[in-house]
Amino acid sequence: MTPETRRNRSRLAGGGLALLLIAMIAAFMTLGATGNWSFILPYRGEKLLTVLLVAWAVPLSTILFHAISDNRILTPSIMGFDALFVLIQTLLIFFIGSERINILPVQGVFLGEVLVMTGFAMGLYGLLLRRVAGSLELLLLVGIVLGVLFRSISGLLQRMIDPGEFLVLQGRIFASFGGADPQVQAMAAACIGLASAWAFWRLPAIDVMILGRSGAMSVGLSHRRLSLEVFAIVTMLVSASTALVGPITFFGLLVAHATYRMLPGAPLRQTIPVAGLAGALLLVVGQVVLERVLGFDGTVGMAVEFLGGLLFILLLIERAR
Amino acid sequence: MIELKNLRQNYGSRTVVDVDALTLPEGGLTSIIGPNGAGKSSLLGMIAGLQRPTRGQVILDGQDILRMPRNRFARRLAVLRQDNSINARLTVRDLVGFGRYPHSRGRLNACDVRHIAHAIKLVALEEYQHSFLDEMSGGQRQRAFIAMVLAQNTEYALFDEPLNSLDIKHAVGIMQLLRRAVDQHGKTAIVVLHDLNFAARHSDRIIAMRDGKIIADGKPENVITTDVLSKIYDMKLNVLKQQNKQIVDVFGK
Repeated sequence: MTPETRRNRSRLAGGGLALLLIAMIAAFMTLGATGNWSFILPYRGEKLLTVLLVAWAVPLSTILFHAISDNRILTPSIMGFDALFVLIQTLLIFFIGSERINILPVQGVFLGEVLVMTGFAMGLYGLLLRRVAGSLELLLLVGIVLGVLFRSISGLLQRMIDPGEFLVLQGRIFASFGGADPQVQAMAAACIGLASAWAFWRLPAIDVMILGRSGAMSVGLSHRRLSLEVFAIVTMLVSASTALVGPITFFGLLVAHATYRMLPGAPLRQTIPVAGLAGALLLVVGQVVLERVLGFDGTVGMAVEFLGGLLFILLLIERAR
Repeated sequence: MIELKNLRQNYGSRTVVDVDALTLPEGGLTSIIGPNGAGKSSLLGMIAGLQRPTRGQVILDGQDILRMPRNRFARRLAVLRQDNSINARLTVRDLVGFGRYPHSRGRLNACDVRHIAHAIKLVALEEYQHSFLDEMSGGQRQRAFIAMVLAQNTEYALFDEPLNSLDIKHAVGIMQLLRRAVDQHGKTAIVVLHDLNFAARHSDRIIAMRDGKIIADGKPENVITTDVLSKIYDMKLNVLKQQNKQIVDVFGK
């Protein structure tokens, strides 16, 4: 595929997806609306913003994770990143208590959580990727075990916690695409914006990671430093999206692979925007069709996860052959 | 000039490379030969700064290579590794383009594009430049990786078994290409070879290794001898002379 064909194709895909997305957003904002527009539009707008933030952050984090871990099957959430975020939230409520947290500014708490999460994830997974990077199966296994471990600890603590505190916690981690707190939303948006800017600045270098560790090093990349940077970016993105809508496992994988198929061999600067648009389209269409047309409230996540899960199994089978 | 000092690489308790001192001056084509597991690839990996020696140093023009900024080092020395597998789809042209990364940091300018086109032409892959690597034969893929090293356009280039999966025509072509780069452009090539006849014909210097140690080091006519070869390969290989050229009878006795 010549670079020109590829550029045209990415423009075509991007343009087409953008048009469709605009049409679907219009449908989302207006379909089935009864009552006062001045209430409906801001209400739905807020929800839309959450959807768009997640649709951007999750595929971006997945694609970056694919680039640094030199595989295209594992994703941050399969590796237990979002379970880790839930665990940190739970620990926070468990040991500090919601009353004392509520006194602190929301922004400060969010920032602190992201920092703790980044530090912890970089330490743990950085070590893991360096030690067992050779074996995808082993990484997958370790990731799943870690995910279960984090979820079990969270589950245990959530049972031991005061019921009132549990409600607070639930509000923080079991959010759906429905309602995110506006302040959290703003913080998440800032976090995602910062992470995206950082990622785009480093994209030409991240592209080189496709050559693998020694390949990238032999053309002059300090692989270790860049891995850590990308790790930090991915962790910020996962933290922000988990804070917004809770854990989602396979959505990123689904969108990333759809984009890889559309633009084979494309550099990240072409892949990522298309993936963002495709992700947004998928979620908004899901909202419109499932919630507005069919009237199944809150099932978009489930449907997307189902499709993504199927894809994950197919990818594993394809690899095994 | 590349100097190795007390270089040692251990994997667990096993020592795979143990070289007290070795100097690789600028210019010339040096071949490294030896049986499987002799430590050739590990030696090359340490010279290229891809793996950290257990002990000792690799020094490029007076500076420890591990202390040099990676990007500056990559503008002076390029390496073709033995296992070139890529998990994603990539076209030949994009792959060769990565060879320009040390110079352009991923933002290719007109000069980079010229270098890329030239490197692709040198390995005769123009026809396939927009093909995906996973749709090409092993030999074509190997040539694409060689082109990437050539595009990097460094003073020193290391090649770990560059003739892997190449047919005889392209193998000869690549060796002649390296010879020309050394003779006409003053480059320094260090090549791990398994084919003794290629090593004998094209090298200025041959280093023979076994069990991590250098057994022999010198001009081809002094290293490619029945005596030395039997020491490193544990088998008797007759070396014939034909029109003043050495030919190894690789079938043994």
